[in-house]
Amino acid sequence: MQPSDRPVFLNLLQVRLPIAGVMSILHRASGLLLFLLIPPLLYLLELSLSSPAGFATVRDGLHSLPARAGLFVLLWALLHHLFAGIRYLLLDIHVGVERPRYRHSAWLVTISAPLASVILMVALT
Amino acid sequence: MSRRAAGLKAWIWQRLTAIYLGLFILFLLGRLVLDPPLHVAEWRGWLGGPLVSTASLLFVFALLLHAWVGVRDILMDYVRPIALRAGLMSLVIVILLGCGLWAVEILIVARVG
Repeated sequence: MQPSDRPVFLNLLQVRLPIAGVMSILHRASGLLLFLLIPPLLYLLELSLSSPAGFATVRDGLHSLPARAGLFVLLWALLHHLFAGIRYLLLDIHVGVERPRYRHSAWLVTISAPLASVILMVALT
Repeated sequence: MSRRAAGLKAWIWQRLTAIYLGLFILFLLGRLVLDPPLHVAEWRGWLGGPLVSTASLLFVFALLLHAWVGVRDILMDYVRPIALRAGLMSLVIVILLGCGLWAVEILIVARVG
């Protein structure tokens, strides 16, 4: 063992994390975000079902800029979590474990989630 | 052994619920994109229909289980002090159970009201 020169300072900007690691951290972050979004989403669901006025509030409210930003974040978290989750399920059954495909699928998940979120947001509003 | 078995059980539940949650989300997004409900009666009628409301109740239970395993994993990985960890886990359980009851109430009202 080397004599300890701890504490080690890790400059996170200099750590070159492989794309699968980035995707994995985002999988966790998006999952935690989705958990935190459960109460506000339930509130919106209840409002949308409560009355014609409540329904209209939710529907028309989606067109404001802050709401669209919020919707984008929600869709990104949902889709990144979903896509990364599908990738993990495939890895569980040994699909795509080899080097190049493992990296390519991580890129695919990380890039396609925000793209699909934009498309879905346009389709929904 | 029992701890390992508990971990394995959580691992399996995480994946079983993931499959159902994914399918339901695709179904929900598909409906909202392809045939968005135009007024509250249509929205209530769809969500309150026997098939969709049953599938939604199952979604709520699957989500509670899935979120619990996931958030618990995060807390076990990043929160060391045992008292803080236990406190946060309790808070998460309270939030999840509260949201679960709330969701069930919303779905039942949509179905009968």
